[in-house]
Formats: sequence, C-alpha cells, structure tokens
Amino acid sequence: MAINKESTSFTFGFAIVLVVVLGLILATLSEALKKRTEDNVKIKKQLDILSAMIDVEKEGITRSNAEEEFPNYINLEDAIILNHKGELKKTDENLEAFDVDIKKENRDKTLSNEDKNYPLFIAKGKKIDKTKYIIPVVGKGLWGPIWGYICLKEDMNTILGVSFDHKTETPGLGAEINKAFFMDRWKDSKIMDQQGSFVKYEVVKDNSGAIKGDSRIDGITGGTITSKGVEEMVNRSLKIYSNYFRNLNSK
Amino acid sequence: MSADNKTSEPLFSKKNKKLITDPLTDNNPVTIQVLGICSALAITVQVSQAIVMSLSVLFVIIMGNLIVSLLRNLIPSRIRIIVQLLVVASLVIIVDQVLAAFQPDLSAKLSVFVGLIITNCIIMGRLEAFAMANKPWPSILDGLGNGLGYGAILILVAVFRELFGSGTLMGIPIFGNSLPGEESGLYTIGYQNNNLMILPPMALIITGIIIWVQRARNKALIEEH
Repeated sequence: MAINKESTSFTFGFAIVLVVVLGLILATLSEALKKRTEDNVKIKKQLDILSAMIDVEKEGITRSNAEEEFPNYINLEDAIILNHKGELKKTDENLEAFDVDIKKENRDKTLSNEDKNYPLFIAKGKKIDKTKYIIPVVGKGLWGPIWGYICLKEDMNTILGVSFDHKTETPGLGAEINKAFFMDRWKDSKIMDQQGSFVKYEVVKDNSGAIKGDSRIDGITGGTITSKGVEEMVNRSLKIYSNYFRNLNSK
Repeated sequence: MSADNKTSEPLFSKKNKKLITDPLTDNNPVTIQVLGICSALAITVQVSQAIVMSLSVLFVIIMGNLIVSLLRNLIPSRIRIIVQLLVVASLVIIVDQVLAAFQPDLSAKLSVFVGLIITNCIIMGRLEAFAMANKPWPSILDGLGNGLGYGAILILVAVFRELFGSGTLMGIPIFGNSLPGEESGLYTIGYQNNNLMILPPMALIITGIIIWVQRARNKALIEEH
C-alpha cells in the first residue's frame, strides 16, 4: 500500500471518515424510525390511561387498535389542566393536556410548583355510561421514576382502578407495582372523607391493608422503598386533585 | 492462524467449525474466560429478556467482527480501540432504535441494558483478539460462536432464576398460581417462590455453580496456580 497507515494524517483522515459515515447511518436510521417510535410512546400512554379505567385486555384493546379505540372512551378535548392548588390553570392554548409531560416536569428542579401542570382526563366517550376522571401521577421508586394513572368513579371520590408502571424497579420486588394483585388493592377506596377533606393513603406492612375500600394499602414484601414511593406519589397528586373535585362538588 | 492464507479452504472446515463449537464448550466466554458477567447478573431474571439480550449481543458481535475484519488492514493501530468502540456503539444504537420502533414493550423492559452491550467485554475482546487479525468469514463464525456461547449461559441462568424465583418460564406459570388467596398447584402445599433468586447475587452464585460443574466434568479446564 502506498499510503502509510500509521502516519498522523492518515489516522486523522480515517477517524474523520469513520465518524462521518457512522454518524450519517445513525442519523438516517433515527429519522426513518422517528415516526414509529413516537407513535409507540403515544399508544403506550393511551393504553396506560385506559387500563386505569377498564380491563384493556378484556376489551380487546391492543397496541394495534388503541388509537381507534381511545376516543370511544376519552375525548381529549374534555381534558383540562389544573394548577398546584387544584384550580383551572391558564395555559398556552396550544398546550394539550395529553401532551403535558408530567414526568419531565416532576424531574425539573428549576420549575416552581406554581408553574407545574396537572392534567385531568375526563372519560365520557360513547363506551362510558357514567363520567369517569383519570388522574396522572408520577413519583420516585428505588432506582428510577414510577408513574401511573388513577381513575375515579362518577362520584369524583371513589377509586375505580389504578395502573402503575415503573422504569427500573427490582424485578419480582418493587417491579410488582404494575401487577394486578397490587393495583387491585386500591380499588373502591375513597380519596375524601364525608367532610370532603383529603384522606391520606398509607402503605402498610402488617397486612392491615387487606380490607378493600379503605386507605390502608398492603405494600409489597421486599419492595418497601418502591411501595413508599407509590404512597408518596399518590398522596401528593391526589391532594391537589381533591381540591378541584371538592370545589366542583360544592358548587 | 495466518490472515493471508492463500490456500482455499471449505467454508466449514474443521478449523472453522471449531470457531463455533469452542466458545460453546471448552472456551466459553462466560464460564471459562469469565467475561460479560455484568449482563449475566442484570438480565437473567426472565428467560424472555435473556433471549432478546442474547440475540442483540449476537447481532452486535457478528456485525462488529465482520466490519472490523473488513477494515482490519486500514485501521491505524494507534486508534484501533477507539475505532472498535465506535463500531460497537453504533451497532448498539441501531439495535436500541430498532427495538424501540418494532418491539416497544421489550425495549421498555430491557431499558438501559441494551445500551450496556457496549461495555460487554466479550464483544470488545473478540474484536481486538480475533477480528483484527482474521479474514471476514472466520470472524463471522467466531462472532457467532461467542455470541451463542454467551447466550447459552445467559438463558441457562435465566431458566433457573425465573423458574425458582417467579415459578414461571417465559411468563407461563409452571408450579401453579402463586397469588395470595388464589393459590393452586404446588403453592397449595406451602411451596414458596424464592425471592433471593430474583436478586443479582443469585445470578453470580448460579454462574459459579455452572463454572464448577463444567470444570468438575472436564479437569483439563482447571487452571494451575
């Protein structure tokens, strides 16, 4: 070979060409798959929201038909955004409740409480007989973020169902928060007492949470920090939303 | 093994076959060379995850070996490690993006572990030790062999951990229903899933047992000290 491949100029040239070629390949691939990936994220969010309210599997809703089925339950135009006091928030008109990234807002330390958005999804689509309310929640687990949706019945007080998920909790321990047995324990409990004040949830270890319909919830053995994270996440969010529902009821 | 062996040899000559079979048995990258242990700890809780991880590594190691082998006469030796790293990192990003686009549920489950393929020392090891000095075809076979050897151990460990840790295989209950209040099968007579199996230390212990069994069966593998 005529070129000396150990020379400095060849080394630089080789490095530059390699980086440009690899960069081009990756950029093209990323652009080509962008639409698909974004759709996947959106569909996953729709499925998560729906699964707080209904048994998605039973209703036959999968990734492939989620986008057609979602409007049958929830009309996104009904969705509203609240502020940290549970009042309707004045937001930019272009900001849709569905597009609010509460995970990002929760992580953002520079964002003051006043600026945070609290979306509320209202389900009164044609497949719903009585209006339901779906509250997104987000918090911290042991290793990373946890999030979920809480669905309230038409009385704006009783939990119809929840769906929790996580990014990196310990499999078999904290990761169990997204399993039916844990999520079922939240059903039928009331977020406000008869006077209308918010009732804090408590994740307990002594099996006293076995009774359905009260605000004591059995945690997951070996997943204490994740369970406590769920408790904190639910209480912090529901407290805000309970203000909104109380005002709505008193009107 | 000379890189410029002019005599043509059959695609699956004895030597080439050894490239595939050796890493599966007496030169297994995990149990004999004790490489790639971190992912063996992290990703062996469920068999399905272990399979996807194995396939991803298989793709990256074969493609990486092939590319580096094609470029081997061009790569300046002073920056060869960086070049190998670039190739591996790009391949890993491709795997990550394709999974996120076509298998979003699996991609969410594997989360950071796909990115960690980059740090899997088996891959960098094969690129540096084999692909840099061998022709493309043997390099592909070497990648295939080492990828399969890695995958075999990963899946074996995952079978033990999922079976005894969660009572399932590929998500299918084997011992019956373990949910409190609705137990069936083995769980009705007091059997319990072993939570220790799910924690990372148990992966190390199982890998250790596999290493022990393998060396006990083949004394030649025991190093002299």
